This record gives sequence, structure tokens and C-alpha cells, in this order.
Amino acid sequence: MADHSDPNAQWKTLSGLGTTAVTALLFVFFLQFLPIVASGEPVRVVWDWVPSLGVQLSFWIDGLSLMFALLITGIGAMVMLYAAKYLAGHPQYNRFAIYLFSFMLSMLGLVLADNLIALFVFWELTTFTSYLLIGFVHTDPKSRRNALQALLLTATGGLAMLAGFILIGATQGTFELSQLNAAGSMAEHPFYLLILILVLCGAFTKSAQVPFHFWLPNAMAAPTPVSAYLHSATMVKAGVYLLARLHPSLSGSDVWVWTLSIFGAVTAVFASFMALRQTDLKQTLAYTTLMALGTLVMFLAGSSGYAITAAMTFLLVHSLYKAGLFLIIGIVDHATHTRDADVLGGLARAMPITAAAAIAAGLAMAGVPPVLGFIAKEVAYAGALEMQLSVFVLPMALAAFALMFAVAGIVAYKPFFGPQGKLPHAPHEGPWPMLFGPVVLGTLGLAFGVLPGISAYYLIEPAVNAVMGAPDKGGRVKLWAGFNLPLVLSLVTFALGFALYLGHQKLRRALIWIEARGPDLDAGWDTLLDRFVTFTKAQTALIQTGVLRQYIFATFGVFAATVLVTLVLRDVGGIELRLASLSFMEWGVALLIVAGTVVTALTSSRIVALVALGVVGVGVAMIFIIFSAPDVAITQLLVELLVVLLMAFAFLKMPNLDPDGVQKHSFANAALACAVGVGTTLTLLLVVDQPFDRRLTEFFEAASWTEAFGRNIVNVILVDFRAIDTFGEIAVVMIAAIGAAALLKGFARSGKADEAKK
Amino acid sequence: MKSVIFETGARLLVALIFVFSLFMLLRGHNLPGGGFIGGLLGAVSFIVYSLAKGPAEARKALHMAPETIAAIGLGIALLAGLLSFFMGDPLFTGQWFWIGGDSYDTAVFAPNSILVFDIGVYLVVLGGILSLAFAFDEET
Repeated sequence: MADHSDPNAQWKTLSGLGTTAVTALLFVFFLQFLPIVASGEPVRVVWDWVPSLGVQLSFWIDGLSLMFALLITGIGAMVMLYAAKYLAGHPQYNRFAIYLFSFMLSMLGLVLADNLIALFVFWELTTFTSYLLIGFVHTDPKSRRNALQALLLTATGGLAMLAGFILIGATQGTFELSQLNAAGSMAEHPFYLLILILVLCGAFTKSAQVPFHFWLPNAMAAPTPVSAYLHSATMVKAGVYLLARLHPSLSGSDVWVWTLSIFGAVTAVFASFMALRQTDLKQTLAYTTLMALGTLVMFLAGSSGYAITAAMTFLLVHSLYKAGLFLIIGIVDHATHTRDADVLGGLARAMPITAAAAIAAGLAMAGVPPVLGFIAKEVAYAGALEMQLSVFVLPMALAAFALMFAVAGIVAYKPFFGPQGKLPHAPHEGPWPMLFGPVVLGTLGLAFGVLPGISAYYLIEPAVNAVMGAPDKGGRVKLWAGFNLPLVLSLVTFALGFALYLGHQKLRRALIWIEARGPDLDAGWDTLLDRFVTFTKAQTALIQTGVLRQYIFATFGVFAATVLVTLVLRDVGGIELRLASLSFMEWGVALLIVAGTVVTALTSSRIVALVALGVVGVGVAMIFIIFSAPDVAITQLLVELLVVLLMAFAFLKMPNLDPDGVQKHSFANAALACAVGVGTTLTLLLVVDQPFDRRLTEFFEAASWTEAFGRNIVNVILVDFRAIDTFGEIAVVMIAAIGAAALLKGFARSGKADEAKK
Repeated sequence: MKSVIFETGARLLVALIFVFSLFMLLRGHNLPGGGFIGGLLGAVSFIVYSLAKGPAEARKALHMAPETIAAIGLGIALLAGLLSFFMGDPLFTGQWFWIGGDSYDTAVFAPNSILVFDIGVYLVVLGGILSLAFAFDEET
């Protein structure tokens, strides 16, 4: 496999250990907030970012964001340490370390942001960094394709979400999450449904809910540490985080309950069947991640204490065991060079530490006491019983958890204690930097289960309070909750799960048969993209003809249409023409301009047309002189002169105007020219008809001498009052000139090259 | 395009137009003129030279690539604008210094950032247009 490291390569690199150390320090930094947040005091930090738009860079540390921050930095540090060894000696390891670190920071920003706009920016940053990470093996076209798929799908959802955020800001008057949530549910607002749909588009694509699920298994093209970090513990949970974060504002309607329950439940059950169907253990884990995301969404549909506690407990448990299992699969893959569930078995003897960590994670996944996973399942059943749609949610949860039990056996038990197949490589124990993460995560799962009071007080209950938007009574996270219905359901789950585990190979054959006959969304995605490319090509060919004349025609056509339609629609009334007051000189200049225009339009020689156009320009300059604006007149005259000169240079090389072309287009061209001319003239006459607002003129006349010590108002405006505009303009002049000169030189060079070839 | 009359006339014309362009630049603050008009006139003078003697000669007379002149002009204009920033005013606020007096009327000499900015405009316009004109001329 391409991403396997050389065991002798140096893994203690600055990029690897440096990023690990910084992430670990961040973890310690966030630990200090635990007692503060647990005592019920969220921390808020604010900077002004775009004050004119009311956008602040504000951070909000409450139970929910703190739990996420700890998971992100804690698991992040372990994954970075793991990756340093896993990818040791990889020629692009430094790049990888930077991608992973940037992702960690984006994710941290996402969960800590208190402002919806900031949240969106961080959200998109995680999309971009994950694109780079999924496509890390960029020599593989499949890896690039999967990275692009994830990017397009999640970024499209993200844009819909941004629209939803803007609507929230516009209707609620604030982008600050802390204020939004304090204001309570907005379910009564007329825009509620639209906002909900838009925000759910973002959350469901990011958290891979059916039917947007297919990108997540494909994203497993990334190296294993990435899968462990992004696609189990952190990024895919961003959607779940968003739903939890906005729970106080957006929940409280039947639409919320129904949508989340149905999407979540379908995803959970579909994904757990698909997990059983896979033989590649990494794919199996990918689908169990989908199952977990579905389950979390399903429980966030509820608003009762038990439902939210179930979601938060399961979120914590899942992050711990899933990251651990991914890392363990990486170690197994590293040691045996295979991830095939049918081949792997009996590894416990050669890899005892890995096996122990796997069992700890597997117990959590299966939900066996005394691990925290068991508590999560008990609370989940209690939550499901309380929910509005419990008739639907309870059987779905039961099915998902039973299937999860079976998958846990396949992933965590069978490779280590099951019958061994023919391994491509003799197994050996993993090195310590890779074992560190799984062992710690497994131990934590166990410790949190044995000491439910501590995990509940510091992590789960503050998070539950944050999601509910009000202090909850707590005390639901218990290892022994008494003999009740959830316990019975747990026992049913174990029995069902065990049966599924025993029969999983037969079931898999059946699932493969069904899958081959179901719709293939992944192939559908490719078809969709192909159709889109065909469409854009056709559309480009239609619009971008490459004929300058057509572009100019379209541009002026739109101009004439907008001006004339506006004039007609606004019903501007009559215009008084005071022709009698024109002086002899003014008549002369007007006739000169008209004569120049007529000659320009009728001649078939480019040079004559150019000179005639020059006459028009000179006429305009004379008008400026008549109305005593010498600066403008001089500029107009000089620009006219230069345009004629420069265009004459170009025209000398061009053939005469094509008489056929002129004939063919002349009527349409004349009509368009008349429309533009009439529209512009009428608009100008109307503008001149308005009483002139002299306030600016008076200011400049008064201030030009007293403030800027200049008597030429035009120049004073240019170089003093509006100097920054002038600076922008001369920058444009320079860029345009350099660009045009470069183009001309390029043509000259390629022309010479062509001649040389002849 | 070879013409003895034009070549001989151009020699006188070029110098005259160029000096006139500087005159227009310097008087711009109080009378018609300024950096933009001056720059256009300066460009015209060199284009006339280029027409008479060819673009290679004109480039030699300029001593510097027109693109460089434009870039220097842009830099000068920027520095003139930045000066106010260091003096504690908003960007691009005109800065005046009185020498030999304490106001515009009493000062013998009044150096200011406005003229410097205008010189920058002059150079950008001159260099920008010449880079285009020379490229056109050389291509034919």
C-alpha cells in the first residue's frame, strides 16, 4: 500500500511533533474551562471583525462547544502523533502535517464561534482542508475524484446553510448564537420553514445523512489517520453540532421532529446494514460512522431531557471508540498489509496491546456494561421511549444498536480472536506512537463508564444544558438505573446482535444481492456531474462566440433596452427643447458632430471612419470649451488625439472593412445605434431638466483655495480631495497598459515564430 | 514612413511639446493643466519622436522602459499619499510645509505632497501610454 511507512524512517520531525505538541497544549488549555463551565458559567470572548455589517469574531465556550473542543484537540493530538509514525518517511509528510493542523484549527473555530457568519467561514475552512486531506494521495485519480465529490457536496450544502444563516440574521436581528438561543424557538416565524430547510441542507450534507451519505465512505480514500480524525470524531459531526447548537432556536415544531427522526433513523438503519455488507474493515467503520450520525440526528429530533442526554452521551462515546477503532485498523493494516474481514483473525497473540485496546473500543461500540457505551444505549432507549415518534424511533434504534453489536464483533473481536486466514504479512505489534491513541481512548471509555458521575458532571450534563437552552435536572447518566424497560431492551439487543454476528456471513451475501439491485447514488453523482459539464459546454458555446462584434452588439443591446424600458415605464413626461436659445457657434459645433457621425457610419474605409470619429471627439471638446471647462476640454482633445494615433497604428495592419459583412449587419446595427443614441440623449435631457444641485460645487469652490491652496478646482479635486480615487485610476491605467502591451508583444513574437516556420 | 520634412520638424516639435507638458504639469494647481494632461502631452511628444525616428530610437531617448516609468510613478504617488499617514492624518490628505513663513501667503517656498502626487500621475500616464504606443509601433 502506498501510504505505508518505512519502519526505519525518522518520525520525530519538527512538523509532526511540533503540531502534536501545540494541539496537546490546546487540549490542556481547554481542560481548565471544565470546572468553570460545569458550574454553569459559559465563557464569551469578543472582537469586532466587520463592525459595519455587525459581524463580530466572538467565541462562546459552553458545555457543548467545550466537549467538542476537548474531543478535537485531544483526539487531534493523538492522531497527529499516530500520523507522524504512520506516514514517517513519506515525501510529502510535512504537507500532510500542515493540512491536518489547519483542519484542527478550523474545526476548533467552528465549534467555538458564537457568530453565525464566523461559524460559516470556519465550516467552509473545514471543507477545504478536508478536501486536501481526502485527496492527499493525489496521484490516484479515484482519490482526487472522491475528494472533489466531498468538496462539491458539502460546499453546496454549506452555501444553502449560509442563505439560512443570513435569513436568521435578518429576521432575528442578530448573528450571535448566544443571543439567538436565549431568544428561544423561532418556530412561529413565517420564514421558519425556509430557514430550517436551508440549515438542514448544510447539516445533512456535512453529516452525510441519506441521501447525501455516499461521499463519506468514498472519503475513506484518505490515509487512515484522516479517516479516524475527520470522518469519525470531528468533521462529520459538524452537522450534528450545528443541529445541537441551534436546537433551542430551531426545534419545537413538528417539522423539526419529523424531519430529523425520519432522516436520522433511515440513515442509522441503512448504514448499519451496509456496515455488515462490507468486508474491508475501513469501509465497515465508515458505515458505522454513518449509523452513529443518523442516531445522533434522530435523538436531536427530541426535546426531552432523556433524548438530548442520549445524543450527548452517544456523541462522546462514539468519538472515543470510533477514533480508537480507526487507529487500530490502521495498525492492523500496517502490520498485516490487509483490512479484509474474512482473512484477518487470531492476531491477539502477536498484537496483545492492540487487541486489548480493540476490545475496550468494541465493548463501547456494542454497548456492553460497564463501558460508557452501555450507559449511552440505556439512556438512548429511555430517550426513544419519551420521544414524540417513539413508535417509529424505538424499533429503528433497536435495529441499529443490534446491528452495531454484530459489527463490533466483526471489527473488534474477530480479527484478534477469530479463525485466521492467509495473511499477506506476518503480524507484529504496533509501535508506541501508534498504540498511544487507541489505548488512551479505550481506557477513557472504560473509565467514563465506571465513574459515570464524573463524566456526567463535567462533560455530558453541561452539554445537555447547552443544547436544551435551559438547565436540566440531570442525574440521568447512571451505570445501574434499576430494572426497567431500557434494561430489557438492552438484553434484547444483545441477543439479537449475537444472532446477527453468528449469521453475518449469510446476511452479507443477501445484502450484496440486494445492493446490486438498489439505486447506485454514487454512479448517479458521476452522471449528474457529466450532464452538468455537457450543459455548461453547450451554454458557453452559445454565449462565448468569440466574435467581438456580437459581444459589442449584446452589450449595447442590453444598455439600450434597460434605458428605453425604464424611460417608458417611468412615464417621464415631456421634455422642453429650447432650440431657439442656441447660439450660432453651438449650432456649428452640433452640425460638425452630426457630420462626423454620419461619415463614420457610412464610410467603408477604417482610416476615414477613425478620422471622422476624431472629428466627433473634437466637437465634444469644443462644447467643453464653450461651457468654460478648459481642463476637461484639453484632456478630451489629447485623449482623442492619442486614440486616433494608437488606433491608426492598429488599423494600418488590418484589411479594409468587409463590404459584405457591413451590408448584412447594417440594418440591425443602425437600429441598435439609433436606440442607444436616442436613449442616451433622452436620459441626458431629462437629467439636465432637473434643478441642478449645487451643494458639492459650492463646497469645492469654497474649500479649494482655503483648504487645498489651489485655484483649479478640477485639479484640486483630482489630486487632493479625491486623491485616493485618482490613485486607483492611475493604477488601473498602468495595469491596463502593461496588460495590453504584453498581449501585443506576445502576438508580435508568435507572428515572428510563424514567419520563421515558413 | 520616411519623410525628411517630418523628421526635421519633429526634432523641434518634440522638444517643444515635452517642455510644454512639464509646464502644464507644474501650473496645474491653479490654472488649466495637471499631471494627467501633462502626462498625455509628454506621451504625444515621444510618440511624435517614435513616428519620425522609429520606436527603437524613441526608447533610447526615454532611457528607461515605459513600464518602469509607470511603475515608478505609481510608487511616487503612493508615497505621497502615505506621507499623511505618518503625519497622523487620514491617507492621501495633502501635506503642506511653509518655508520662510507660517502660511501659504507668507511662505517663500511651499513644498507639498500634492505636487509630488501629481508628478506620480504624470509619470504613470506617460509610461502607460508609451508602453502601449511603442508596442503598437513595433508590432507593425
